[in-house]
Amino acid sequence: MNKKFLSLAAAGALILGLAGCAGGDAASESSGPKALDELVVGFAQVGAESGWRTANTKDIQASFEDAGIELKFSDAQQKQENQIKAIRSYIQQGVDYIAFSPVVETGWDAVLNEAKAAGIPVVLTDRAVDSKDTSLYVSFLGSDFIEEGKKAGQWVLDEYADATEPVNIVQLEGTTGAAPAIDRAEGFADVISENENLQVIASQTGDFTRAGGKQVMEAMLKANPDIDLVYAHNDDMGLGAIEAIEAAGLVPGQDIKIVTVDAVHDGMQALADGKINFIVECSPLLGKQLVDIITTLNEGGTVEPRIITEETTFTQEQAIEALPDRQY
Amino acid sequence: MSALLARIVGSRLFWPIVMLFVLFVVNLIAFPGFFSITIKDGHLFGSLIDILRNGAPTLIIAVGMTLVIATRGIDLSVGAVAAISGAVACAIILGSPNPGSPATVAVAVLVAIGISLVLGVWNGFLVAVLGIQPIIATLILMTAGRGVAMLITEGQILTVNSPPFKMLGSGFWLGLPVAVIIAAVLFAAAALLTRRTALGMLIESVGINPEASRQAGVRARGLLFGVYTFCAFCAAIAGVILTANTAAADANNTGLFIELDAILAVVIGGTSLAGGRYSLAGTLVGALVIQTLVTTVYTVGIPPIATMVFKAAVVTIVCILQSPRTNQALGSFRRSLAVRAGKGAAAS
Repeated sequence: MNKKFLSLAAAGALILGLAGCAGGDAASESSGPKALDELVVGFAQVGAESGWRTANTKDIQASFEDAGIELKFSDAQQKQENQIKAIRSYIQQGVDYIAFSPVVETGWDAVLNEAKAAGIPVVLTDRAVDSKDTSLYVSFLGSDFIEEGKKAGQWVLDEYADATEPVNIVQLEGTTGAAPAIDRAEGFADVISENENLQVIASQTGDFTRAGGKQVMEAMLKANPDIDLVYAHNDDMGLGAIEAIEAAGLVPGQDIKIVTVDAVHDGMQALADGKINFIVECSPLLGKQLVDIITTLNEGGTVEPRIITEETTFTQEQAIEALPDRQY
Repeated sequence: MSALLARIVGSRLFWPIVMLFVLFVVNLIAFPGFFSITIKDGHLFGSLIDILRNGAPTLIIAVGMTLVIATRGIDLSVGAVAAISGAVACAIILGSPNPGSPATVAVAVLVAIGISLVLGVWNGFLVAVLGIQPIIATLILMTAGRGVAMLITEGQILTVNSPPFKMLGSGFWLGLPVAVIIAAVLFAAAALLTRRTALGMLIESVGINPEASRQAGVRARGLLFGVYTFCAFCAAIAGVILTANTAAADANNTGLFIELDAILAVVIGGTSLAGGRYSLAGTLVGALVIQTLVTTVYTVGIPPIATMVFKAAVVTIVCILQSPRTNQALGSFRRSLAVRAGKGAAAS
């Protein structure tokens, strides 16, 4: 009995001791800027689901290495629970900053509140969260997906400006619930609604993967014989769609036009080869801007709550020109 | 006639086949050309061909899974093994000086299969020698395996440009998809090997009562090694097909959740997770139901948000129809049919 009590007391003391340690860390954090090589940043990546994402990962890792800041990196394999676990472990490790690209838009309030309570500033990269409480993160660095959808829609609008017959469009959506999937669909639908001949006759998710894009496109080709245009929310699904279109004995880029978003290397190659007609760029190279945000915050400065990456669009001719200099 | 009907209704395959048929009808209503098969560029082209081709990897893995489940085991690592196999094959093809030569592809595929066999032996070792519960033993490789595949691809999607490799996933031979031919050969081989010999019965005996089998002289340990290795072999082939389909190895997504699809195919096919009696034909029907379900979502145009619920509903219905209680309730109906069959036989 006595023994048991003693061990319980010891355990209690241990817990108190640990709590004391954690408190001490938090206190030292707020005292002035740290040297860059003392900074620790936790980054929770979505996964490696596409060429875009791997370029994004590489750029962030390289930028932090160049700046001499320690980066703890985790790959959530497209699962929100993995990402929440990763963020929790960063909070427990007491990192100085957390950056992450949310897998889906919702369900982050709890874990972000934990980070806030621990006094760790959070930067969102590439994807936004849908939360009313904007104090949960200091800045959102990334593309404007609605704008990307609009750019894609604008090209379609111009391309079919003289169309007198209905134009049948199919859409390959990204992962259901993901910000780019929702916003790219919204921006695109907004713009093409100006011409009532432009109609999205089918829309399915291909999960941002080649295999997904291929399988969805195969089925769509069978069920809808007169597809004029494919709008894919990323290059990889577009590349999958190309395979399906070729297997159906049609010529991608001619019989069926393809518009995608991202501009990764394989996508640009297909654009240069004439298999894709138009790509809206979504630059993954946000590493340097992320480092800038973190160094600014470290020096006690403030950053804009919304920072948009600079992006362009590519036609087939522009792709042939740009391809040799592409980093990814 | 009614006797035949009674036998059909009584069969474990009755409800899965009915479900498959219902899905076909749903497709046909949504898209009247569903059954049409045409010839394009010298190969067969149509929705049914897509279902067979896209369902081939699931079927292949489900065949291996059937034998594992028959021994009262389970193999959760098949998806990860498929990812490793695809990653190894692509890495070798990318690293070779002439990726387009059939010899390179043959070497790549053989090495991928070889590595997967080692992984299968590892699973077998954990289960048969160390006596770890199969669900835990294979869970190790399920989680670790994807990490290994990521290491092989260095976190990148490896895109290969190799026509012979691509053939394996999306090519056609004599007008038929190569993937379907591979699946058919593997299915036939597994069926012949286990059903034309005593092997299948021995596997079942291990599943029903390992101790009694051992005392009766059945070498359970060797059989367990055999089924887990065979299952990994199936996963390796499926991994190669999945990767070749898009000519790209994607460590994160190749074969993701395919273990669940394969287990589901086995269960829909009427093989009990408690081990023992198994049905390869049932597994075939199960795999077709699952793939038809996926294709139905696309052809019917079910909104992506509702996809999961739709799939869950179909699977739930199949499981309810197959449950022992439902079968009991149907028993009386079956008996009445049998009685009528008896009368019919007397009259003729």
